[in-house]
Amino acid sequence: MTAATDFTIAGARAALARREISATELATAHLDAIAALNPRVNAYITVTPEVALAQAAAADAALSKGEAGPLTGIPLAVKDLFCTAGTRTTAASKILGDFKPPYESTVTSQLLRDGAVFLGKANLDEFAMGSSNESSAFGGVENPWKRQGDDAVLVPGGSSGGSAAAVAARLALGATATDTGGSIRQPAAFCGIVGIKPTYGRCSRFGIVAYASSLDQAGPVARTVEDCAILLNSMAGFDPKDSTSADRAVPDFAAAVARGVKGLRIGIPREYRVEGLSPEIDALWRKGMEWLKAEGATLVDISLPHTKYALPTYYIVAPAEASSNLARYDGVRFGIREEGADLKDLYERSRAAGFGAEVKRRILIGTYVLSAGYYDAYYVKAQQVRALIKRDFDQAWGQVDAILTPATPTAAFGRDETQDDPVAMYLNDVFTITANLAGIPGMSVPAGLDARGLPLGLQILGRPFDEETVFAVGGAIERVAGFTATPSVRAAA
Amino acid sequence: MSLDTATVRRVASLARLRVEEAELPRLEAELNGILGWIEQLQAVDTTGVEPMAGGGAEQLRLREDRVTDGGIQQQVLANAPDRADVFFSVPKVVE
Repeated sequence: MTAATDFTIAGARAALARREISATELATAHLDAIAALNPRVNAYITVTPEVALAQAAAADAALSKGEAGPLTGIPLAVKDLFCTAGTRTTAASKILGDFKPPYESTVTSQLLRDGAVFLGKANLDEFAMGSSNESSAFGGVENPWKRQGDDAVLVPGGSSGGSAAAVAARLALGATATDTGGSIRQPAAFCGIVGIKPTYGRCSRFGIVAYASSLDQAGPVARTVEDCAILLNSMAGFDPKDSTSADRAVPDFAAAVARGVKGLRIGIPREYRVEGLSPEIDALWRKGMEWLKAEGATLVDISLPHTKYALPTYYIVAPAEASSNLARYDGVRFGIREEGADLKDLYERSRAAGFGAEVKRRILIGTYVLSAGYYDAYYVKAQQVRALIKRDFDQAWGQVDAILTPATPTAAFGRDETQDDPVAMYLNDVFTITANLAGIPGMSVPAGLDARGLPLGLQILGRPFDEETVFAVGGAIERVAGFTATPSVRAAA
Repeated sequence: MSLDTATVRRVASLARLRVEEAELPRLEAELNGILGWIEQLQAVDTTGVEPMAGGGAEQLRLREDRVTDGGIQQQVLANAPDRADVFFSVPKVVE
């Protein structure tokens, strides 16, 4: 029988239904694995054994009564950006202190409605700002993968680095994540797992700590395309509490995974062949094209001419929204407080003590680009370029049904290899950031290993609200790639 | 456009972030590095392009004008770092 921590979600669901394993056994196996490995991997900021075991006991009761939901007894990690009622929520920042939300985010409440078991809160870059998980106030996360013959600690990517590392190291069967510029897809690629950022508006943002509201979107990470589909089916759906939530029916994503790609037109954007692209990733991209062609798809060369402006556009829009969203952390209503001579001094000292360096940088950039005299030159200009980036995609959908690109320009890099140059770090998101600006769905699927044994991902982009085609293409790549490699740091079988 | 020290100090004050004098040169260099890189956007011809606000294509909805919650005073106050009775307390604002 499969070890409890090696199950897919689909497999665990079947085993639970057949009563081959109980939800309590499944939760306990994961909690034991977390106790053994988390001190090293640091994928969880907070582990919640009491919550998990109580939920597992309720799951076992439901299973015995034949009242199981779609996720009954499935142990998950929750990115610590989702508010969980009564459980400390940190956003990986010091500024929230011991904040315990009195409410549950819509996404996590839907997972609980469907029977999921929450193991704990996963680590991330502070306020989801970063691509390496190194900006967490609770310490970095270790990527469970190692280069062959080299024990150097690699980063798991970010910002959902704890979610991706937990799933890769078998410390959860799946996890919630969020993606503002690539924060689901880049860590999924670095950790050899699957992640999807759905269309903007598909998942409610209610109860998710806001970073950049017009770009933030929740999505799942898991070890298979089907598992991501199962999780997204639970997470997605209209929510009146989020004014940007899309009032649309949620299709059966899991049913789309096996659909195949016969007859689909797959766009290959020439602007994604960027300078600095690793030759191995370029080769994998070409392999992915050949796979899809062999499966019956047609390849179409397309142009997305404003691609190279996506990163600088993002680094105006996102900090502008962040500077506004993060104004609420003022040391008065929740979180930490540093006493001051007067109210302004209290605000300034509390915020200086609570926020880390990258968060401060983005708040300052955002405040500057929104300030009088600069608003039109920076912020309005960026919104106009954003409209052109979206138009590039709108025009492409006339010729193609989905787009294939690499997920990241390189494999996971070392913790000590990180450049001090913030702009160099931002380049990690060069392939993923366009999807956030255009509001379209994007998935990262592991498709191979580099010469040093590290996983590499391919990205599939789709039309707004056509996640089904993204799942179909991702499912086809997964089947043909046959990616079965596992990281060296993982729960013992 | 490049920031001088006085501008960094002013922006930090607008953002309600205390910045020590010793941090200013480093911040100034970092912010100018980022802004210099962002400058490439000026090369894009955006004449007549409607700025894109928001992330979705959907129209924002209006909801019914009706009270949907309330009576949760203790929950609202539960995470306050300092409170007096049913109020958040702050240093004296009005002399």
